[in-house]
Amino acid sequence: MELATRVRERLPETIVARDEVTSVVAREDLVEVLGSLREDPELAFDLLSSLTATDWPGRSPRFWLSYELYSVAHRHRLRLKVGVDEDDPRAPSVTALYPTADWHERETYDFYGVRFDGHPDLRRILLPDDWEGHPLRKTEELGGVDTRFKGASVPPVDRRT
Amino acid sequence: MARDLDAMDPNATGEPRQETMVINMGPQHPSTHGVLRLLLELDGETVVSCRPIIGYLHTGIEKNCEYRTWQQGVTFVTRADYLSPFLNELAYCLAVERLMGVEAPPRAQVLRVLFSEMNRIASHLVWLATSGMELGAVSIMLFGFRERELLLDIFEMATGLRMNHAYIRIGGVVMDLPPGATEKIVSFLDILPGRIREYESLLATNPIWVERNSGVGVLSAEDAIALGVTGPALRAAGISKDVRKDEPYSGYETYEFEVATGDSADCFARFEIRLEEMRQSLGIIQQCLDRLEEPGPVMVEDPKVRWPAQLEVGPDGIGNSPAYVKHIMEVSMEALIHHFKMVTEGVKVPGGEVYQPVESPRGELGMYVVSDGEHRPYRVRIRDPSFVNLQAVPRMVEGSLVADAIAVIASLDPVMGGADR
Amino acid sequence: MPVERLEGFQAGKTADEAEEDVRRGILLTSLDRAVGWARKQSMWPVTFGLACCAIEMMATGAARYDLSRWGMELFRASPRQADLMIVAGRVSQKMGPVLRQIYDQMPEPKWVISMGVCASAGGMFTNYAIVQGVDTIVPVDVYVPGCPPRPEMLMFGILTLQEKVRSQGRFR
Repeated sequence: MELATRVRERLPETIVARDEVTSVVAREDLVEVLGSLREDPELAFDLLSSLTATDWPGRSPRFWLSYELYSVAHRHRLRLKVGVDEDDPRAPSVTALYPTADWHERETYDFYGVRFDGHPDLRRILLPDDWEGHPLRKTEELGGVDTRFKGASVPPVDRRT
Repeated sequence: MARDLDAMDPNATGEPRQETMVINMGPQHPSTHGVLRLLLELDGETVVSCRPIIGYLHTGIEKNCEYRTWQQGVTFVTRADYLSPFLNELAYCLAVERLMGVEAPPRAQVLRVLFSEMNRIASHLVWLATSGMELGAVSIMLFGFRERELLLDIFEMATGLRMNHAYIRIGGVVMDLPPGATEKIVSFLDILPGRIREYESLLATNPIWVERNSGVGVLSAEDAIALGVTGPALRAAGISKDVRKDEPYSGYETYEFEVATGDSADCFARFEIRLEEMRQSLGIIQQCLDRLEEPGPVMVEDPKVRWPAQLEVGPDGIGNSPAYVKHIMEVSMEALIHHFKMVTEGVKVPGGEVYQPVESPRGELGMYVVSDGEHRPYRVRIRDPSFVNLQAVPRMVEGSLVADAIAVIASLDPVMGGADR
Repeated sequence: MPVERLEGFQAGKTADEAEEDVRRGILLTSLDRAVGWARKQSMWPVTFGLACCAIEMMATGAARYDLSRWGMELFRASPRQADLMIVAGRVSQKMGPVLRQIYDQMPEPKWVISMGVCASAGGMFTNYAIVQGVDTIVPVDVYVPGCPPRPEMLMFGILTLQEKVRSQGRFR
């Protein structure tokens, strides 16, 4: 598809799967790439739909951020993936380009512990402010207490054998 | 002998004091939609700064989905945005079906569209009821819920539950419409247009409603796109973005309907847009009913994907059909084993990631699903429109009065279950 | 004559004191019943709708399943003016202290209905984020299961609570 061709001119690591275009971007180039994707009149990705992370413990880099971009004018989508190491879980913040990333980045920090440099106010958003740990990491357990009823007891899903 | 209080204070300068007052609105408050907390800094009645604080309904749905099978994910995801459960399920199932390379049969797609549109009307009715009540029009609360009961009757007839139905499943829908449902939907389609006209005549020309909503909470198109706002708030600014038209799913490209837009970008425009969306949804429902006249399967045939049991309406409600239970218990051992495996282990979804957007009553509801080829989701991320739209509240509220903050939040229609997940 | 045959609260008193208590008890029983009836007939719930159950609670208060038949259509926003708290919905860890604070702000006598399985026992969300049953935070009088409970189920829970209140008019 032509979107993939145009994107591949800038970002060589681009694949097309299931009608979606995904590109891998290095952490250092992220802000610049996003800026150029927005300024290009043929691409015009001006809406950041979603920004989140996935935890692959055992792979390196461990955390993979995914940025879902959408163009209101051209109605096409693009996904950018950025790998973040476990030892240095930091990524540049894109709130200057996309103010909507504010809360998305806070949520990613809340759930995974990935810090965003340049974020105006990076603190927890969904969990209590004094919560310890980053629950959505695969190394953290589900939590919860055993369900007890009439003498029997069932542990939460992740601890059942 | 009365003395001036300032004269008694040794530090008084004789000038009026300028102080701002910090007020906490919520999380338990009758006028914030659910458990939203607003930290308002007020100078008199004017809001100087507004910070929404969310997280009071955080449920850990995304983490919980990683420990359950793919089909069980439907029951979790449906409770995120609890006012549009069908749309949550639809986004999730469409995403998983894209990962598996499976498409639901045509009749299932028509049923999905039918229930999504009815859900849209139900959600807008709750919005109308609660917004009206928050701004003082208390009768609208009862009218909105009265209409919603008609819809909930239809939902209960078709899915067994009034809310949080697990109706749309991977591969189709779980059950066809029972006899009598079509007549009920037809009678609903007769009643509702008159009621919408009634709401319009009650509110749209009411001077109090117009005063409280016009010019309030203006959010320009550039600001809206920069803040990621979608849905009626973006369409009120003139941008016609609707996922049903831009990236159609489940057969929406074959239906005729219009996308309502406004141009004043204020709360009143959003009100008008939602009323218009209700009317357009009625049109789509009528088209769905016409297509439902041809029978067909409602779930894919592939035994590795479909939910094994057949459900039917029995004397005590919807449950497994007795004929199916007889089949697996007495007739076929393979069927029993297959049923057992499908229910406990579930389907196996090839590895990959997918982002599936749908148009929820509040905006673009996206489901980002990652699979690693196993029986359980690896990551389910719900891009909820309420979560993103609430970021625009400071922009819309700062500089206006406290009472306008309530009108703004009501016009955005946030559902905290979706914002906090 | 020793008065061991009477109820527990009268053990250890002299005969005259016990007889005085019995006489006062007859008068107070009728007053108890009147107070219990009055309390149950006009309970005012505090608005504590959290999630999906809140929508069903609103539907119960709306026109079809009318809560004002039992004097409860007036949901007070301020806990100081309410005597019933219907915890409708899932209580997250962040909301727990708020729940306790609202409960503490309610004046006596107060009752709590835990509506839905999420409030009663954590529901389907046995995880880090949800309080596994609000009875770990506030004392609950009636549990109404369901996800969400139908309006009729909530009404049954309310009527059960009213029975409890009516028979429990403590005025001693």
